[in-house]
Amino acid sequence: MNTHEIKHKANQIRINSLKMIHRAKSGHPGGSLSIADILSVLYFGGHMKYDPKNPEWADRDILIVSKGHSSPAVYSALGLAGFFKIEDTLSFRSLGSSFQGHIDRMKVAGVEISTGSLGHGLSNALGMALAARLDSSPKKIFAILSDGELQEGSSWEAIMAAAHYQASNLIAFVDRNRIQLDGYTEKTMGLDPLSDKFKAFNWEVIECDGHDIAALNSSLEQAYTTKNKPTVIIANTIKGSGVSFMADQVKWHGVAPNDEDLAKAVKELEALV
Amino acid sequence: MGIELKAANAWTIGDKLATREAYGKALVDLGDQNTNVVVLDADLSSSTQTKLFAAKFPDRFFNMGIAENNMMGVAAGLARAGKIPYASSFAMFAAGRAWEFVRNSIAHNHLAVKICATHAGLTVGEDGASHQIIEDIAIMRAIPTMTVIVPADATEAYQATMLLADHDAPTYLRLGRAKCPVVYDDSYRFEIGKASILKAGSQVTLIACGMMVSRALEAAQALALEGIDVEVINSASIKPLDSKTICESARKTSKVITMEEHNIIGGLGEAVAACLMESGVGADFKRMGVKDIFGQSGDAYKLLDHYGLAVSDIIHETKSILKRSN
Ligand SMILES: Cc1ncc(C[n+]2csc(CCOP(=O)(O)OP(=O)(O)O)c2C)c(N)n1
Repeated sequence: MNTHEIKHKANQIRINSLKMIHRAKSGHPGGSLSIADILSVLYFGGHMKYDPKNPEWADRDILIVSKGHSSPAVYSALGLAGFFKIEDTLSFRSLGSSFQGHIDRMKVAGVEISTGSLGHGLSNALGMALAARLDSSPKKIFAILSDGELQEGSSWEAIMAAAHYQASNLIAFVDRNRIQLDGYTEKTMGLDPLSDKFKAFNWEVIECDGHDIAALNSSLEQAYTTKNKPTVIIANTIKGSGVSFMADQVKWHGVAPNDEDLAKAVKELEALV
Repeated sequence: MGIELKAANAWTIGDKLATREAYGKALVDLGDQNTNVVVLDADLSSSTQTKLFAAKFPDRFFNMGIAENNMMGVAAGLARAGKIPYASSFAMFAAGRAWEFVRNSIAHNHLAVKICATHAGLTVGEDGASHQIIEDIAIMRAIPTMTVIVPADATEAYQATMLLADHDAPTYLRLGRAKCPVVYDDSYRFEIGKASILKAGSQVTLIACGMMVSRALEAAQALALEGIDVEVINSASIKPLDSKTICESARKTSKVITMEEHNIIGGLGEAVAACLMESGVGADFKRMGVKDIFGQSGDAYKLLDHYGLAVSDIIHETKSILKRSN
């Protein structure tokens, strides 16, 4: 897919995510919208090997989404990638639905690891990276982390260990939207200078605009050339990206759009696609 | 995968060694038999005995440093990718510090990581209360789908370690630091979900796990000299619990005493109590364990005695339960 088509898919991810959250009357719009472009590049930009007909295909690449509350975006991407019918995702968060509030690998094809409790996913990804190396497998292990979860001590345990084990098959994105639940990260518990922190932990660090498809593509290409180190792509994003009234708004972390909000948001996003 | 037990690791009844020593030996035998077996530790490999595996299979051993949460998360990832991970630390940190990683990264992901925690209970000894976890059975058995095994001796610890390779559920294996007498020879076969009757008897049922099994046997011998006939059951498999064996014995004796190197809250005793009540088996009942207080530094065996888990305490409780009239 070309960058225009990838962007188009990203906006479809955004639209479907908002529809899911609206229907469920709960969920996390802000952090779903901020990773839509990253997901789209991974699934539709030719970066990940996967087979929706055979989700456990041994040679597939792996994506672990550590910020499990961004489930609407993950389900929407997997639906668009053909793992299941995208309409099914509208049962999101209702009793008996496969589409749990936080991603659940036992219930949804294509979800590699269930997350939701922040600060686990990078450890899980490192385990899969070490396993791939033991198997002499060329597969790549991607992880998407939130910036807020880097406040968890366990994140830094994993960051330290990934560098120690020189996990060059591990590529982590940080969705650097600068907002967490209570407010701005730098006010709640500052993370800057984030690149320097990763560098000091012996990671290869790439920074880019997390909504620029070409920049994400080239950051990934660069990451594949990293030797003897894991790579982090610090993707500077906007929480709620794509919808004017949600963009960079703390209040859209975890509330559902009402009918009017949804109509407005979808109109804006459809104008983009 | 048909794990083969090595005759070389047959111990003789009465030998004294710690369950962690048998664990270390089993890992090496497993590593020989299955290249998917991987071992993780958190800077305690010479204490947990995973150093034996590390020396022989350095590529499949991961020292994760003093970072137990990450260790459990990495073990989950390894399992998700088809490996058979054994993750070890002291029980205080494997179960205590890393509980939420065990719960969410491992159990909620339905990943069959083997959490093999050594230095559990009071018999850590001199290190004292900060290291003497007496809550681990409770917090581990509370996790949905978690198997919990507390081996009584080296033979059982060796076999449990080997069997777990094929066991398709997350498992907590509780191991000890202190040497304890071997109660099983090579003819024994441990099974997950099965209790073993070490001595048949008719008047009182003693149900023990871990270090307390050999003490229960010792008490039973002393009681026999006084004409008191007790049954001794080793309930190494705390979850799943062998309710059939336990209930049959309780029906026969109508008097049950449980004993464990653990807080009386949430451990073997409460598991047995719930099992008896729900099965409608009425019995006089007594839980022996640490009475909801923290431990302290001291010699391992003296600590057990100090906290009411001496052989003389078992004898005393047996006599008192016999005096109770239903
Ligand atoms: C360990 C843990 N603590 C708290 C929460 C509750 N929680 C859910 S989302 C969130 C903050 C989200 O901020 P961030 O992690 O930066 O994600 P994003 O802004 O990308 O949505 C919190 C505190 C959690 N899920 N896990």
